[in-house]
Amino acid sequence: MKILVCIKQVPDSNKVEVDPVTGVLKRDGAASKMNPYDLYAIETALRIKEKTGGMVDVISMGPPQAMQVIKEAFSMGADHGTLLSDRRFGGADVLATSYTLAQGIKSMGEYDLILCGKQTTDGDTAQVGPEIAEWLNLPSVSNVVSIRMFEEDGITVDMDLPDEVEVAKVKFPCLLAVDKDIFQPRLPSYVKKTETKDRKIQILTLDDMTDQDELNYGLNGSPTQVQKIFPPETNDKKEIWNGSGDMLAKKLFDKVEELKFV
Amino acid sequence: MSHSDAKNIMVYVETVSDTPLNGGLEILTKAHKLAAARGEEVIAVLIGSNLEHAANTAIMAGADKVILVTKDNYEMEVYEAILTRLAEKYKPSLILSAGTLVGKDILPLVAGNLTTGCAVDVMEITDKDGNFVFTCPVYGGTVLNDLVIKGTPAVAAVRSGAFEKELVVERTGEIIKEQVGVENTVRAKIVEVVNEMAETVNLEEAQVIVSGGRGMGNKENFRLVEELALACHGVVGATRPAIEAEWVPRSHQVGQSGKIVAPKLYIACGISGATQHVSGMIGSGYIVAVNKDEDAPIFDIADVGIVGDVVKVVPLLIEEIKKIQSL
Repeated sequence: MKILVCIKQVPDSNKVEVDPVTGVLKRDGAASKMNPYDLYAIETALRIKEKTGGMVDVISMGPPQAMQVIKEAFSMGADHGTLLSDRRFGGADVLATSYTLAQGIKSMGEYDLILCGKQTTDGDTAQVGPEIAEWLNLPSVSNVVSIRMFEEDGITVDMDLPDEVEVAKVKFPCLLAVDKDIFQPRLPSYVKKTETKDRKIQILTLDDMTDQDELNYGLNGSPTQVQKIFPPETNDKKEIWNGSGDMLAKKLFDKVEELKFV
Repeated sequence: MSHSDAKNIMVYVETVSDTPLNGGLEILTKAHKLAAARGEEVIAVLIGSNLEHAANTAIMAGADKVILVTKDNYEMEVYEAILTRLAEKYKPSLILSAGTLVGKDILPLVAGNLTTGCAVDVMEITDKDGNFVFTCPVYGGTVLNDLVIKGTPAVAAVRSGAFEKELVVERTGEIIKEQVGVENTVRAKIVEVVNEMAETVNLEEAQVIVSGGRGMGNKENFRLVEELALACHGVVGATRPAIEAEWVPRSHQVGQSGKIVAPKLYIACGISGATQHVSGMIGSGYIVAVNKDEDAPIFDIADVGIVGDVVKVVPLLIEEIKKIQSL
């Protein structure tokens, strides 16, 4: 079983601010971490490998510092890592990102199963996984909350829907986007970290891709363009009341009634 | 698809038990305004069975044409293929859907099929110099983005509660039945549908939500949240810590990893206001927060903040409401 997990490095905190003068995003320091949702995808891959044998590879895209998250995946138990890193990949939206990842995956060979986390904590779109599947012409299932059955030729999974769970059966090769809590992710192991300290990470650039057309990558290949980034409106009409007691409850009730909510 | 011949707005309206969800109807009303300003039409797409009544509701909400496609269970690949085929046939300049699990499932794939971009979690749409501009949150709502999509059609999943639904009974429209044969495209086969949730929790459609967080202290105190919700005819919401403490089932979770809600009234009890929670409820019309920590971030977004012990304030409020209701 050859499994590939797509992972991403994201800012450590969501506490970002917009510079009111320049309109540029001020990130709180440069601290970054693995996208928390990806930990569930790695854990799922490792559990499958423990049952069936085979190997777990990880792929990421980003600047060279994103090797950090690949190393973290190694210390959880991943076998090989690839980083797609090229200035020409920068500024990519969902479409260009998924296209670049799909191109990278194609150049890496065949996988039976590709796993992604449900979304990232920075872009929040939850679209890249399913779009990779489209580019690779693979079936995909999103919102996977548990694995029911694992067979030679396919996998049966529970897919979370608003009011029900659908049980989907899909043949390999396929892509699954897993929800949080599918399995509890293991902590990185110190022993593995030491063992894999010098393990080589494969770096791929645009020159390694089948499609060499620069216009399909990065900002050029992105139909979605950010015009402006700005902070949400703050509420300046707010009222703060102190204390607790009959009066307060009455006052709140009056307010709510005045606004015709009850 | 070329820019020149693309016009009209296509809206996928999700249905549950043959009834259109509010999210889709809200979008139809907004789409109606956007399309009318351009002298164009709104085409609603409904997929399911027995949808005639739902089609009429869609027309009341703003659809000029309603396309009905008959299908039984939800299958992502089938729905995605249907929408793609219809987009190729009707050539809209914009495709919209509510950002439910289903909407977020299929829209990116439709966008991928049509090699165009997809905005998600859209809070506002404006028509500026012939381009639709989409306002979306990033970094869990800490900042907002204005996006334009160069590809045609633009595709966007809209956050629930972003727009107001208006039903006009006098509106008329055309209902079209389309056959779209896509069965053999299915590779992920649905073998079973399990209704595992004992109750349906419809947070997205609720007018009043009373939510509880870690500050409720224990399962027994959390019952106060339920009582208050009952008294104001609202729905119970919760933060992740309250869910993890098993005070209330997971289906009640509001926030980034739960439901995105926008009721008229949101009462936050013992909720500190972590970004992950706030990003799921900031669209609410009127926010009341009760928390004993006056520095809690929830007070930054609340319309009324009560600094006090939630376990003391809430019972008094319930009593007050009951007293008035019994008059």
